[in-house]
Amino acid sequence: MNLASLAPLAVVLPILGAALTFVLIRHSRAQRAVSISLLSLTLLLECLLLASVWNGGTAAVNIGGWVPPWGIVLVVDQFSSLMLVVSSAVSLAVLVYATGQGMADGDQDAPVSIFHPTYLILVAGVSNAFLSGDLFNLYVGFEILLTASYVLMTLGGTGPRIRAGVTYVVVSVVSSVLFLIAIAMVYGATGTINMADLAIKLSELDQGTRTLLHVMLLVAFGIKAAVFPLSFWLPDSYPTAPAPVTAVFAGLLTKVGVYAMVRTETLLFPGDSLNTPLMVVALLTMVVGILGALAQSDIKRLLSFTLVSHIGYMVFGLAMSSVAGLAAAVFYVAHHITIQTSLFLVTGLIERRGGSSSVDRLAGLAKLSPLLALLFFVPAMNLAGIPPFSGFLGKLGLIQAGIGLGTPLAYALVIGGVLTSLLTLLAVARVWNRAFWRKAEDAEHPDPVLLAVPAPESGTTAVRLLPRTMVGSTLGLVVLGVALTVFAGPLFQVADQSAAAMLDRSAYIQAVLGDGASVPALALSGGGK
Amino acid sequence: MTVNLTLLTVMGALYACGIYLILERSLTRVLLGLMLLANATNLLILATGGYAGLAPFFSKDTDPASYNDPLPQALILTSIVISFAVTAFMLGIIYRTWVLARQDDIQDDIEDRRVAETPSFDAEDDAVIPVETSEFPLPMRGPDGSAAAEPTATVEAGGRTLLAEHAALEEKPGSANVTDTDTDGGAK
Repeated sequence: MNLASLAPLAVVLPILGAALTFVLIRHSRAQRAVSISLLSLTLLLECLLLASVWNGGTAAVNIGGWVPPWGIVLVVDQFSSLMLVVSSAVSLAVLVYATGQGMADGDQDAPVSIFHPTYLILVAGVSNAFLSGDLFNLYVGFEILLTASYVLMTLGGTGPRIRAGVTYVVVSVVSSVLFLIAIAMVYGATGTINMADLAIKLSELDQGTRTLLHVMLLVAFGIKAAVFPLSFWLPDSYPTAPAPVTAVFAGLLTKVGVYAMVRTETLLFPGDSLNTPLMVVALLTMVVGILGALAQSDIKRLLSFTLVSHIGYMVFGLAMSSVAGLAAAVFYVAHHITIQTSLFLVTGLIERRGGSSSVDRLAGLAKLSPLLALLFFVPAMNLAGIPPFSGFLGKLGLIQAGIGLGTPLAYALVIGGVLTSLLTLLAVARVWNRAFWRKAEDAEHPDPVLLAVPAPESGTTAVRLLPRTMVGSTLGLVVLGVALTVFAGPLFQVADQSAAAMLDRSAYIQAVLGDGASVPALALSGGGK
Repeated sequence: MTVNLTLLTVMGALYACGIYLILERSLTRVLLGLMLLANATNLLILATGGYAGLAPFFSKDTDPASYNDPLPQALILTSIVISFAVTAFMLGIIYRTWVLARQDDIQDDIEDRRVAETPSFDAEDDAVIPVETSEFPLPMRGPDGSAAAEPTATVEAGGRTLLAEHAALEEKPGSANVTDTDTDGGAK
């Protein structure tokens, strides 16, 4: 039996888990056991999927035996399986963290018991979006994860969360409507929504129609990925959610949008000359985002702005549409999911230990909790791109690809990228200096927790403030982020291969439509000039 | 392919009203706008299926112009279900807003307002500090060593010109411009 035919389980297992945890809604211990074990099983399965395509190759699974282009098809290739593994690993760490937080705080409240089912449905939606080889199924995947995210965002129904939730829901729904309109237009123009089939049929359309469809899809995905002019909803809505929820949103949801953009650019509309606008947008996303981050005093908001800013790097790599640029973008997505999530988890810990997430009120945390300082320092330096870490490698890859391209706009982006990296360093260094290094007495209005005499390691206070499961799961993610550096060689190799396969398209199209399918020649070879 | 002009006109009207409504600040109107947009899109998908009144395809030799494509209708069903769920959720949120704040309007982000009004003057980084030349305390001096007993540095903040000293004071708790920014902690 082909291993790739297990791909649907990546969606089915979390949904099954959601059903089970919903049945077990009154038994929180059983709920925790079920959701963590099923998510671990999903992660294991996805590792197997990644192993099966590690050396190249694409596999397609026809759901219900319907032959493509009529039926729904799930496609496993290097990019999608890499995304699946990284996203599930991150989701598992966040789930353990959230469970630890729930156990520490006592999750007897009714709304919290729906956390597990909703969270698993979110994971299922993310998996479905990554695996989908069909435009409408991609839409359904988006809707599954968005609907789950609406619930998670407003968990508990407090005033600030409802306020943030309204913005988030309305913006997401509008972007989904745009996506649906684009699907209807694509179907009207070509009569198919299978992505491999579309790759062939879209190239037969005339240029005007193609550009229209292309722009509509990019705008819809751009809202979800928070690309510059469409990114203002994100820093308003993310920070108010509970820490683990913000962490998983920051890590995964925008990256699903980036993933959809990558597929649109490489599979559906290769060679169409939207690369220049995309590059300009990437530059603005990077610079405007990071300037926003510098003005913030709340760590969660600051991180939300850096999240927006670093989406620009991925769009930059994508817009170059060269193997080197796309490979660097693939690596960067994997790196950024891990790092951004771990930073948000650490912020959750900072909030517990220091009583606030505002740098005006925090101080002296390095002395209070050296472990917490280490947990913040490593991913923060990683995000800024300090040499040994994966953030540096990803940015280096992008900059090399940009210089290789050699156009003036590419050089502008390279400069913008370096500048953004330095400003990111400035932003996280400000947090470090204020929250960790200065004395508690120097803070403008420090939280009483910070001024109290530090509890001894064995004391009950320290255990309650920083539960072992929460610290452990955060530590796990930080270690995963460092592991991305250690194993950067093989990872970059896979990213290179997947980028080459995505630009070539024949493997994808032939895996879905059979070996006889003819791959249309590109109007423009993928040089991006 | 022929399309139904009535359906197209209705679709256009629904889009226009929907877009107008989602630009309102009242949440109920925004919800109505979203519903109109979703229904307009359903009509758009329906229009891609071909002319109404034809049978679905029955044999592979049928001329494409003489049957109605059933797939768009399946897509519409899915999208109706999704927009139903979203509408129900939005209604829940609107009710909750009403319970919490007794109002139906979108509210401003307090932290966002606060950051926007914060002067660029930073009390910690930019304040005039005494130049220590001896171990005995000296009067306040500027960076060039001249006496700075009268603070003259001004900052622009919120459309006003303030003395730097006063701007720094506004960052202290209890002053008029400072709002409570503490969110509800890390609890789920």
